[in-house]
Amino acid sequence: MEILKIQGLSKAFGDKKVLRGLDLSVPENSVFGFIGRNGAGKTTTMKTVLGLLSADEGEIYVAGKKVCYGQTETNKYIGYLPDVPEFYPFMTAKEYMKLCGESLGMKGSDITQRSGELLRLVGLEGEKHRIKGYSRGMKQRLGIAQALLGRPKLLICDEPTSALDPVGRKEILDILLSVKEHTTVLFSTHILSDVERICTDAAFLSGGKIVMQGSVEQLKDMGRAEGFAVETIAPANADMLVSAFENARKSAKDTVVFSGGDAEMFAVMNYITENKIQIARIERAEPSIESLFLEVAAK
Amino acid sequence: MKSFIAFFKKEVMESARSGKLILLGILFFLFGVMNPAIAKLTPWMLEMLSESMAETGMVVTGVTVDANTSWTQFFKNIPMALIAFVLIYGGIFTREYEKGTLVLMLTKGLARYKVVLSKAALILGVWSAGYWMCFAVTYAYNSYFWDNSVAKALMPAVLNWWIFGIWVCSLMTLFSVLTSSYSGVLLGTGATVLASYLVGLLPKVKPFTPASLMNSGGLLVGAESAEDYIKAVAVACAVSIICLALSVPILNKKHI
Repeated sequence: MEILKIQGLSKAFGDKKVLRGLDLSVPENSVFGFIGRNGAGKTTTMKTVLGLLSADEGEIYVAGKKVCYGQTETNKYIGYLPDVPEFYPFMTAKEYMKLCGESLGMKGSDITQRSGELLRLVGLEGEKHRIKGYSRGMKQRLGIAQALLGRPKLLICDEPTSALDPVGRKEILDILLSVKEHTTVLFSTHILSDVERICTDAAFLSGGKIVMQGSVEQLKDMGRAEGFAVETIAPANADMLVSAFENARKSAKDTVVFSGGDAEMFAVMNYITENKIQIARIERAEPSIESLFLEVAAK
Repeated sequence: MKSFIAFFKKEVMESARSGKLILLGILFFLFGVMNPAIAKLTPWMLEMLSESMAETGMVVTGVTVDANTSWTQFFKNIPMALIAFVLIYGGIFTREYEKGTLVLMLTKGLARYKVVLSKAALILGVWSAGYWMCFAVTYAYNSYFWDNSVAKALMPAVLNWWIFGIWVCSLMTLFSVLTSSYSGVLLGTGATVLASYLVGLLPKVKPFTPASLMNSGGLLVGAESAEDYIKAVAVACAVSIICLALSVPILNKKHI
C-alpha cells in the first residue's frame, strides 16, 4: 500500500511555475529518496503535503486521506523535519518534547517514556541547556526526535544532511536507517551517496515533474555505464593512449576514460603491455545514481 | 483542551523567561506609584515655581490635592503603559511566523484556532493583570493619603479604560493574523485607534467610538455619567469579539 500519493500536483509562485503535474507514490515501509537540484521544487512539494502551501492543481493523499490546505487532519500521520528546524530557544530539549507530545494529544506517561527513548536515540538525553545554545547538528537531531515523537506513519525530512559535516551526516543517516522498521521515511536531498547508502526507493524531480522513479537497484541499473578508466604514472603515456584509441578521452592529466565493454578493455590492456606503459590503476566504471542524476539533470 | 493548555503554558513560559513579564510588572507597578506621588508632590512643585510664576503675574495660593488629583494622573499615565504593552507584545504572533517556530507545532496537528486563543488569552491576561495591579497600587496609596470616596463613578471609569485596553488587545490579535510583520501589527492597531478617535470628532458618532473610552477620567468629577459610555462599551466589546472570531478563520488559511 502507498502511504503517500501525489497526483498531478502543480504549483506556481507568481509566474514562476515550480511544479508541473507531479505524480509520486511512496510505498509503505520504504526509505524514499526525493532527489532534485536546488530549486527543483522539493521543499515546495513537501510543504504542500503538509498543508503549509496550497496546491494550484492536483491532489495529495496521506494514508488514504486527502490533504487540504491550512488546517489538515492528515498531519497526525506525519512527522516533519524542515530543512532548518526552528525551536523555541527558551526551552530545553525535554520541555520542547513535552510541548510537542501535548500538542499531539499524547498521554503524560507516554510522552515521558517516548521522549526519553528518542532523546537517547539522537544522543541528547543528558542535555540540560536551553535550545538557544545548540549547534546545527544538535538542532537537526532534536528535529528528528520531535518528528518521531507521535510514532508517525510517514517521516518527512527536508534535506536533513545538507548542512552537516561528515560525522553529523552519518549520525543522521544512521538514525533514519534505524527507524525504518516502524515508519516510512521520505527525505529530499541532492547528496546522492546518502541515497545509495540508506534508500530503498528514489525519485528524481526535474522541471517540476518526476522524471524517474523506482527502487534504488533499478535506478542503479539504469545508470550503469559501460566503460573503464586507466590512470597512468607518466602523463605523457596518457596522451599516448588517447591518440591510440578512438573512444578514449582524458578526464585528468594522467587519467583516460574509455567507453566500451570487455573487448575494448582487453585491447587496451594489450596495448599497455606491448608498449610497456606503467599504470597506477585500471578501474571499471561503477553503476551509480550520480551518473543517472547528471544525465537526468542535464535534460 | 490539553494541547491548548500546553501551548498556553508555553506562551507563559516564553513571557517569563524572556523577561517580558517582569518588565511589564515593574512598569505597571511604577505607573501605579507615580500617580499618587505626582499628586503628593504637586503643591511642593508649585511652591518651588511660585516665585518665577509671580514674575509673570500668576499667583499661587493654597493648592489642595486630593484622591482625584491622583486619579487624574492615573488616566493621564495609563495610555503610556498601554503603548509600552503594545510595543512589547506586538510581535507575539509575527515573531513565530518570521522564525518558523509555528511550523513544527502546526505539523504536529495543533489546531490553528488554539494558537489564536492561547496568544489572545495571554495578552488579555497580561494586560488585565498589569492594569488592575496599577489600579490597586494607586488605590492603596490614595486611601492612605486621602480619601478615595471623592472620586465619583471611579469603578465605571476604570472599567471603561480596561475595556478600551481589551479592544486594543483584540485589534493586535486581528492584525497579527492579517499581516506578517511586527510593524504591520503596530501600524494596523495604531491606525485603527486613530481612526476611531478621528471619527469620534463628529459629535453624533462620538458616543459609539471605543476611543471615547479614553476620556473616562471625566466621570471622576461628575461631569459625565456612566450611562454616557454604555454605547461605546457595547461597541468595544462587540468589535473585540468580532476581531477574535475573525482571527481564527484568517489564521486557518494563512500561509505559514
